[in-house]
Amino acid sequence: MLFDSVDEVAQRLASAGYLTSTAIATTVFLADRLGKPLLVEGPAGVGKTELARAVATATGSQLVRLQCYEGIDEARALYEWNHAKQLLRITAGRDESWHEARADIFTEEFLLPRPLLTAIRNPDPTVLLIDETDKADVEVEGLLLEVLGDFQVTVPELGTITATRKPFVVLTSNATRELSEALKRRCLFLHLDFPDSERELEIVRLKVPEVSGTLAESLVRVVGALRALELRKSPSIAETIDWARTLLALGADHLDEAVVHATLGVVLKYEADKKRAVNELKVLG
Amino acid sequence: MSFVEALREHSILAGPGETIDAARVLAVLGMDDRERVREGLAASLLRRSGQRTVFDQVFDLYFPVSVGGRSDEPADLESLREQLVQALAAGTAGEQQALAQAAVDAFGRFGEGSQGAGGWSAYQTLQRLRPETLLVRVLAALRADDPGFMADVRRDEVRRQIAGFRRMVETEARRRTAELRGRETVARNAVAPPSDRVDFLTAGRAQLADMRRAIYPLSRKLATRLAARRRRARRGEIDIRRTLRRSIAFGGVPVKPAFKRRRPGRPELVLLCDMSGSVAGFAHFTLLLTQALRDQFSKVRAFAFVETTDEVTHLVKAGAENPAGLAARIHREAKLTRWDGHSDYTHSLQVFVDQWLDAVGPRTSVLILGDARNNGGDPNLPALRRIVGNARRAYWLNPESPRLWSTGDSLANEYATVVEMHECRTVHQLSELITRLLPV
Repeated sequence: MLFDSVDEVAQRLASAGYLTSTAIATTVFLADRLGKPLLVEGPAGVGKTELARAVATATGSQLVRLQCYEGIDEARALYEWNHAKQLLRITAGRDESWHEARADIFTEEFLLPRPLLTAIRNPDPTVLLIDETDKADVEVEGLLLEVLGDFQVTVPELGTITATRKPFVVLTSNATRELSEALKRRCLFLHLDFPDSERELEIVRLKVPEVSGTLAESLVRVVGALRALELRKSPSIAETIDWARTLLALGADHLDEAVVHATLGVVLKYEADKKRAVNELKVLG
Repeated sequence: MSFVEALREHSILAGPGETIDAARVLAVLGMDDRERVREGLAASLLRRSGQRTVFDQVFDLYFPVSVGGRSDEPADLESLREQLVQALAAGTAGEQQALAQAAVDAFGRFGEGSQGAGGWSAYQTLQRLRPETLLVRVLAALRADDPGFMADVRRDEVRRQIAGFRRMVETEARRRTAELRGRETVARNAVAPPSDRVDFLTAGRAQLADMRRAIYPLSRKLATRLAARRRRARRGEIDIRRTLRRSIAFGGVPVKPAFKRRRPGRPELVLLCDMSGSVAGFAHFTLLLTQALRDQFSKVRAFAFVETTDEVTHLVKAGAENPAGLAARIHREAKLTRWDGHSDYTHSLQVFVDQWLDAVGPRTSVLILGDARNNGGDPNLPALRRIVGNARRAYWLNPESPRLWSTGDSLANEYATVVEMHECRTVHQLSELITRLLPV
C-alpha cells in the first residue's frame, strides 16, 4: 500500500507538483488499494502522463515507461533474448557439449528485459506507465491482459516470473480507438477533462509562480471562454501554462486586446480556430 | 444493486464483475464523503467517457444530498433572487446548490400531494425565478471594470454559471420527484441520454451543439479506423509472376513471396441531402462529418434539396469555420425551394439526374440522406435507379426508425427496393455505418 487515505494522496501528489481533484485523488487511492491498473482517458494535454510521473515522485517509486506505437510487439514490450551475445557465448566455448551450451545461453544474463518485465521483476516500488495504449495494435492488448491480470510473465526457457511486488500501473489513452472490453474490465477508469477554473488557477500559480495573481486569473478566464467556443482543438492545461510563460517572457503584466491577439497562437493551433476566437472575443488587435 | 440496474437501462453495460468492484470500492472508501463515493463508483463502473453525464444523473437520484426539503426559510421570490445574484457573483457551487433546493421547494410544486398526481417541476421553478434576467445584476454585483474584451469574457462566464444553476434546479426537481414516485420510475424516464445516442430528429439545440463538438474527435477516430483497415487489406493475394521472379535468386525456392500491390483507391463521395425542416439537423451533422473526413476521399461533393436540388459543396467547405450557421447559409444561398418549401423527392431527384449525373461515376459512393417523406408525390424510381446504376455504391441513410418507414407519406420501402437503406438515428449509428459502408 502506497497511501493511507484519499487526503494523503492529494497532499503527497500536491507536494510532487500535481494538483488533484476529488476524482483523481479518489481513483488513485482506489487503484492503489484494490491493486488494479488505472486507465486514464482524456484529451491531449490534461496531464495524463504527468499523473503517473507525480505518483512515482510522491511515493519514491521508480517510473518504468512503455511508450506504445503502432507495430509494437512482444520483443519491445516484454523481453528479448540477446542473440548477439548468445552467439558470442557459443563461439567462445567451442569445445563444450550441446547440453552445457544450451543450459548456459538461456539464462538471465542473456535476457534483455523490456519495460513490462522490468516493472514486474523490480523488487522496489514501481510505477508502470503504459502510454498511449490506444496506439498499439489489438494483439498487444492481449499481451497486457496476462501481465496486468496476474502480474506475471512466462518466459518458456526460464519459467513463470511473478511480481514480487505489484507495480502501480497507469495506462493512458487518447480514445482514438476503443480499447477492448476485456482490458477495460481489468482497470479502474478515470476520465480526465479540463479542470474547473479554480483548480486551473492553482495549477498555473504552481507551475509559473512568477506570474501575478490578476494576470493568472484573467488568463484562466479567457481560456475558459475559449473552451466554451466550438473549436477544433480546445486549449488544454499545457497550453494555458505555455501561455502564462509566454506572457511572462513578453513582460506583459495584464491582458489586453493587443497582447491576446499577438499571442493567441500559443493556445490555438488551427488557423480557423484562431479566426473564430478573434471574432467571438472581439479582439481585433 | 438497483443502482447498477438503473445504469444498465441507460445502456451503460456493467457486469457482475463491475458490481463486485463497486462494492469493494465502497468497502474501502466508506460512505462518508459523497463526492468520493461518486468518483469511486464512476471509476469502477464506467468504461467510456461519454457515459459520465448519465452516470451523474442516476447517481444524484440514488445517492441524494439530503432527503426532503428544507423548511427553515420561507423564501419569497425577491429575496431568493437577490441571494442567487450573490451566489453567482461569488461563484460558490455549494451556495448555489442550496439555493436550487430552496427554489424548487418554494416554487416547483405542482398538483396536490396525493399519490401519483403531484410532483416537482424544474420548468415551473425556472419560470418563476428566471435566472437569465439576473445577468445584469450579477455583473453589477461583481462591479467588474474589465477593459475591453474581458468584459465579454466575464459576461459569458456568468452565463455559463447561470446555465449551471439551471441544471442544479433540474437535478433537484428530479430528486424530489423521485422521493414521491420511487426512483426507479424517474431513473427510467427523466435521465437524459448521452449525446451519441440522442435521436437526430428530436435533439434540442444544446444537444446539437454537443454533437457538433464531437465531430472532430469522431472524424479522427474514423480516419484512424479507415486507415487501419486499408493497411490490413493491403496484405492479400500473392503475385505469382513477381514471386517466381524473386525465387530465382534462391535457386527457384520461393523464400520471399511477393504480394499483389493494391492501388490506393481514394473514393469519391457524393452526398445528396434532404435539407427540409424535418430532417435538417441530421443532414447538417452528416455534412459536417463528411467535411471533416474529406482527406479520406479524393473528392467530396455535396448537394442539398428540398423541392429542387442545388450544389452546396462550396458552402460546406466554407462552413467548417462556423458550423452552427451552415444550415442557415445553405437555405439562404442555394436554390432549394420553388413554391411552398415542402420536400419534393420527385422533382429533386429528376433535377439531380438532369444536371449533375456526371458527378456520379464508377468510383463514386453516393449517400442519400432523408426521411423519404415525399408529401404524397410520385417516388420517381427511374431517376433514383439511374443514380444508383452509375455509382459504384449507393446507400440511403434514413433518420427514422424502421417502424415508421412507409407510414404516412413516407416512401421508404419503395426506395429501399432500389437502394440499400439503413436506419441512422444517432451519432453512434452514423459512425458505425460510415466505417462499415465506406469502401477501403
